[in-house]
Amino acid sequence: MNIQKGSKLRNFHQAKWDEKVIFELSTPGERGILLPDLEPEVKAFAGDGLSSVPENMLRNDPPALPEIAQMRVLKHFLRLSQQNLGADLNIDIGQGTCTMKYNPKINEVLAASPKASALHPAQDESTVQGALEIMSSLDLFLRQISGLDRFTLQTSSGSHAIMVMASIVRKYHETRGEGSRRNEIITTIFSHPSDAAAAAVKGYKVVTVYHDETGLPDIEALKKAVSARTAALFITNPEDTGMFNPRIAEFTGIVHEAGGLCGYDQANANGILGITRAREAGFDMCFFNLHKTFGTPHGCGGPAAAALGVTRKLIDYLPVPLVEFDGKKYYLNWDLPHTIGKVRLFYGTFAAIVKAYAWIMSLGARGLEEVANIAVLNNNYLLKNIAAIKGATAPFKAGEHRIEQVRYSWEELYKQTGVTTHDIAYRMADFGFHLWSSHHPFIVPQPFTIEPTESYSKEELDEYLDGLRHVAEEAWNEPETVKTAPHRSVVHRIDESTFDDPEKWAITWRAYQKKHGKTSR
Amino acid sequence: MSKKFSETREIRKLILCPQFVDIILAKEVAVKKKKDFVHPYIPNSVPAVKEKMLAEIGVKSISELYEDIPKNLRLKKALSLPKPKLSELELKRHVQMILNRNTSCEEFTSFLGGGCAHHYVPAICDEVTRRSEFLTAYAGEPYEDAGRFQVLFEYESLMAELLDFDVVNVPTYDWGQAASTAVRMAGRITKRKRVLVADTVSPDRLAVMKNYCHPVMDLIPVDHDSETGLLDTADLASKLTPATAAVYFENPSYLGFIETQGQKVADLAHAKGALLIVGVDPISLGVLKPPSQYGADIACGDIQGLGNHMYFGGAMGGFIASRDEEKFVLEYPSRLFGIATTSVEGEWGFGDVAYSRTSFDKREKGKEFVGTAAALHGIGAAVYLSLLGPQGMRDLGRHILQKTQYAIKKLAAIRRVRIRFRSAPFKEFVLDFTRTGKSVAKINRRLLRHGIFGGKDLTGEFPELGGCALYCITEMITKADIDNLAAALKDYLR
Repeated sequence: MNIQKGSKLRNFHQAKWDEKVIFELSTPGERGILLPDLEPEVKAFAGDGLSSVPENMLRNDPPALPEIAQMRVLKHFLRLSQQNLGADLNIDIGQGTCTMKYNPKINEVLAASPKASALHPAQDESTVQGALEIMSSLDLFLRQISGLDRFTLQTSSGSHAIMVMASIVRKYHETRGEGSRRNEIITTIFSHPSDAAAAAVKGYKVVTVYHDETGLPDIEALKKAVSARTAALFITNPEDTGMFNPRIAEFTGIVHEAGGLCGYDQANANGILGITRAREAGFDMCFFNLHKTFGTPHGCGGPAAAALGVTRKLIDYLPVPLVEFDGKKYYLNWDLPHTIGKVRLFYGTFAAIVKAYAWIMSLGARGLEEVANIAVLNNNYLLKNIAAIKGATAPFKAGEHRIEQVRYSWEELYKQTGVTTHDIAYRMADFGFHLWSSHHPFIVPQPFTIEPTESYSKEELDEYLDGLRHVAEEAWNEPETVKTAPHRSVVHRIDESTFDDPEKWAITWRAYQKKHGKTSR
Repeated sequence: MSKKFSETREIRKLILCPQFVDIILAKEVAVKKKKDFVHPYIPNSVPAVKEKMLAEIGVKSISELYEDIPKNLRLKKALSLPKPKLSELELKRHVQMILNRNTSCEEFTSFLGGGCAHHYVPAICDEVTRRSEFLTAYAGEPYEDAGRFQVLFEYESLMAELLDFDVVNVPTYDWGQAASTAVRMAGRITKRKRVLVADTVSPDRLAVMKNYCHPVMDLIPVDHDSETGLLDTADLASKLTPATAAVYFENPSYLGFIETQGQKVADLAHAKGALLIVGVDPISLGVLKPPSQYGADIACGDIQGLGNHMYFGGAMGGFIASRDEEKFVLEYPSRLFGIATTSVEGEWGFGDVAYSRTSFDKREKGKEFVGTAAALHGIGAAVYLSLLGPQGMRDLGRHILQKTQYAIKKLAAIRRVRIRFRSAPFKEFVLDFTRTGKSVAKINRRLLRHGIFGGKDLTGEFPELGGCALYCITEMITKADIDNLAAALKDYLR
């Protein structure tokens, strides 16, 4: 590997423990943890406990879990953790649309307190006043940030919030006697796949509006799409291209005119905090992802948390309960006339709620605006530099500025060298980077999506840029190196052929043993 | 009013009363003029760096980068938010001060359950789930994030042993979502719309299911026997039709008792071409038969109790499990991580099985939807099950059974208090206080004085259980805790 002189690129190699699958570590008789002995009086009364269970419900064969001593369990999972990059170690700007920012450690310390972690949801309200206050304050903060009138924190992720928006849309039109007539939800192709999929879950026909030649959603197509059947529009702005749709208020106007509601997917809010809001753009609902914009960690794919806000006319449709304050104490209000009911057990991802509250309290109004400003500065700095890499382009509106991310393309590079965006991503792993392509379908060919957020220093952005430049250079000069990557990551090219074959796929260790014999090692 | 309490009052005033805002904002502006704002979370705020980057982009100011946002959509003034706690120390004090208004289940003895319970979380579960590499990772490829794929594959595999099924999903939000999706899966597999649901299931979960299923599936309640709580199989048989997609019950039930008629229910359902879905508390499966062994086609439930703290009901994780049949696997909306080989002999690799079924690939043509859910709780559960092993799960199940038996004995001995159902329980049971003349709310308020969170009030949840409470016994409860509870109740209900 020849790293150019002056390059910020690291001579990296990822941890590779050659770790077995946990079942292969089992030694019969080993124990990982013990329980306290029962008090003699309990034992004397209850006997072995098992005799109380109806015989046909007693498990005869114990579950075939592995038997492993404590330190070895620890070591196994620590090794696996080392085989995972994590945003704390990575310059994690290559996971566009996901707003990979710094997750402050103080917020982890605060949320780890038993005063947060050891609360039961059915405790008497007088014993959870602090928890309810944090939820209520976060609602108030988000009302400011969005301009909307009330938030629920029950929504468990962005996709879930979309499903909940669709639920509110349905209940709203049903209440007005238009439930069956209004059976379409409109979205755009550059909005997250869940804007379409979660709407369909609620029984809606999905109408997808494509973009025009500028890359922005086509307003003429929207005009054709709306009708008396329109229940709602679910849209992102800026979309995953990083382009802000300046006619967004016209979009919401067109849908309102047709009698539909407008739901704003604010997954991409990071570049517009304190700059522009859902209310002024005419939205009836919007949601934020606390695990993206508000600095709570992504946990390998959750726990996620979203906050869904609505205007006054839709408050009565929100899921119950809402947290209220009567001037003296906080309480849960279960009484909303048109509520859609419940959308998750209990009240929301409380750990994330505490962390998001702390994040906002650390930054304040000026800090939030600075977050947006620097995220946009960083993004345009990268755009300028990436557009200059031979083989990379930023489709649509070339030479113009974007908000917080850009969907780029390696199409030119691919056409000349046969190196795909996936090959490049795998080669980036050799330098300690992650690079993501795009959601499907790939409207931008050979896509990659970069969102630098406010968290990374110029020095780090330059290091990542050197990575992209180096790998692109390799693709032109020695494409085989890229096509066979990764070489210095945890594992080599995975044989994906079994994943779509019901005879061979193995979703669990026991299924693997049944289909492929004991082990392959 | 204490100084500390007045501080949080201030936050409400700030936001709700704009006149206060201006004062504070004026203060902030004054600060702004004095010095530049460089927050520790935002490195490129340093003026020299900012200038350099702006120059390279070729603009004079950051506001030029927002040229696409029309003026009429631009905010004219700063957001009305409280003055920030810029130092970490002040932030810590502030948040801790609010959290200190809570009383946790580590301070009081909790007999609360009903889908979330105070189980012991081994130290190693926290050690692993709080590792930066897992905590802050998201969606890396199975190369640089090989660890994430392997640990979640192991989670699926460990749960599969507990459940005696060959397929388990990467966790979804919670049991409510898992049950909802299981029902929708059954609808797609059978191409039918009606699902019969035991009327003893958790009202909270049922509410989640109702919203998620409307308007695609219909949920129809099935009666229970009022003495035993068990499913009324005659009512079930009368409601099963060729339009029934599935039957759903929970075991142990929300009300605590063990349902013993699983196989009979399965046979009735299967005879009509319907599937059986069973919701199950996985912590019971060291001693109780898993649903797969009495005819269930799909199992679902929650992993909160397996190595995850309660977090006010916020650390839930839903699992769905089934046989490894194509017609089932292709209906899962969730990620399913599989194991494979790589180009180097002896290496394990991991990846997505049947990805093209998901909404990530197919948008609205995919199965329901997929996104970020509860992976870290799956990691907690993987560590938990690896630590406990078969003997640990057996011991734990037995321990809980024994303590529950003891608690029932002590509490049933209190005058005018009775055990509501006569079926065997696992870790929860219903105490009936109707004859005491005191409401559960009143009794629980009194128990607070003794440092006890009494059982969950069922008044309002089930019409026939007004005056009843659901008590939950975990391994955290000692004999002394039960004795204290019994003494406090005896004293109050005398």
